[in-house]
Amino acid sequence: MIKIEHLYKTYHADDPERRHEALKDINLTIDDGEVYGIIGESGAGKSTLVRNINLLERPTEGTIVIDGKDVTDYKGKQLLDLRKNIGMIFQHFSLFAQRTVLGNVMFPMEVQGKKKDEAEKRALELLDMVGLADRADNYPSQLSGGQQQRVAIARALANEPTIMLCDEATSALDTMTTKQILKLLHRVNKELGVTIVLITHSMTVAEAICDRVAVIENGSIVEEGPTKEVFANPQSHMARALLGLEDVDEDGRPVGELDEFDAEMSREFAAPHAASAAEGKAE
Amino acid sequence: MDFNAFFAQYGALLAQGTWDTIVMTVLSTLFAYVLGIPLGVLVTITADDGLWPHKACNRILGWIVNIGRSIPFIILLVAIIPFTRFVVGTSLGVPGAIVPLVVSAAPFVARMVEQSLREIDGSLIEAAQSMGASTWQIVWKVYLKESVPSLVRGASIVFITLFGYAAMAGTVGAGGLGDIAIRYGYQRYQTDVMIVTIIILIVLVQIVQSIGDVTARKLDKRNR
Repeated sequence: MIKIEHLYKTYHADDPERRHEALKDINLTIDDGEVYGIIGESGAGKSTLVRNINLLERPTEGTIVIDGKDVTDYKGKQLLDLRKNIGMIFQHFSLFAQRTVLGNVMFPMEVQGKKKDEAEKRALELLDMVGLADRADNYPSQLSGGQQQRVAIARALANEPTIMLCDEATSALDTMTTKQILKLLHRVNKELGVTIVLITHSMTVAEAICDRVAVIENGSIVEEGPTKEVFANPQSHMARALLGLEDVDEDGRPVGELDEFDAEMSREFAAPHAASAAEGKAE
Repeated sequence: MDFNAFFAQYGALLAQGTWDTIVMTVLSTLFAYVLGIPLGVLVTITADDGLWPHKACNRILGWIVNIGRSIPFIILLVAIIPFTRFVVGTSLGVPGAIVPLVVSAAPFVARMVEQSLREIDGSLIEAAQSMGASTWQIVWKVYLKESVPSLVRGASIVFITLFGYAAMAGTVGAGGLGDIAIRYGYQRYQTDVMIVTIIILIVLVQIVQSIGDVTARKLDKRNR
């Protein structure tokens, strides 16, 4: 179980001009064996949130508890062991270009000091599982995007993690390939019992695979619940907007509710001549 | 020009000079990399956005590299003669040239290595971290391994630069092709010797560049 409590992440905390609160009071509980979706637009903080789980980024405040252990301040060997238990895949696959497919899948085991022949055997099993056993000796550049992501999934599973983090794992893929990858992730979840935390901006992806979802907006969670409920009866503007039920401006406000800036912008766009005339005056 | 007479007179001299130049360049490139790789790696990982940020360490190393890079070789060559004598016992000949060549090239190599490592996509480092790789493992298995083609290209640039430096070292008693070009070509007005020396240098540089290019291409597993 992953328990995130009162998580804050602030960048440049001591510089008032650059200060940026990426995450604000995030509270989440992710149960073992579920597929949990974190949905939001780009810049909402979902990438930061997922990186706090394996401590690629450190919380400014708050705690991360995994399987009953507070891991927030883990360092050194403890941290490396924690990460061994949490696989991760990325939007652009992040395969090592100078290693073969087999070499990529063996990498996490190599890093953990596993014997070479055992690592190779396990890597081939994993490649078989993702349907790429025949590409073991190829290099990533010889594979399609979908194939590369399958290699990345095999690699993330190498050390038999109980948790897998997916950072926009299908965003760089076309619709058909996305379906294949989601199917594979579904299998990973059901057959291996791996808890999956998936972040995406796509409601289609969330709906296809997630048991529960959280909607994040400007660093805060605005809605949370079982996927079906959130989709059937979205409460927040952001959820409604992501579902295409409502237009929302970039501040998350429903269109129609204009603030001063919006009003000014719409005046300018409505009357381009007036705007350029004003600009001319300013010069 | 009578080639037979020319080579009878200068053949042995030029062969020895060529050999000395190659030995000087190969050895100093090698030693420069022994010093430059750790230096370049440290400069990269201690940077603010690096794997192991360390401001003081990064600044000091940066200064060392910049100081090394800012002294023209011909000046460094004579300025560190006492140090050269201390290390190899002489400031003359091939050993006397290797010390200043290494001192001058190591910071250059450090910058070349840093450049190559910075080309590595940050998401690869993140991926390796997410798999529980230690800093040392990331340096070795990701940074250095992934940048091999780029490092090889850098090495051919360093090697060719050191050819030029080795010729300068010739002016203060290092021997080699630079020494021959100065003594015969310049001081004795023997244009033919000068021209042959230049041709040998051009051929050597072309060979090294080609080997570097082919090796880098062979080693690079991208774009297959």
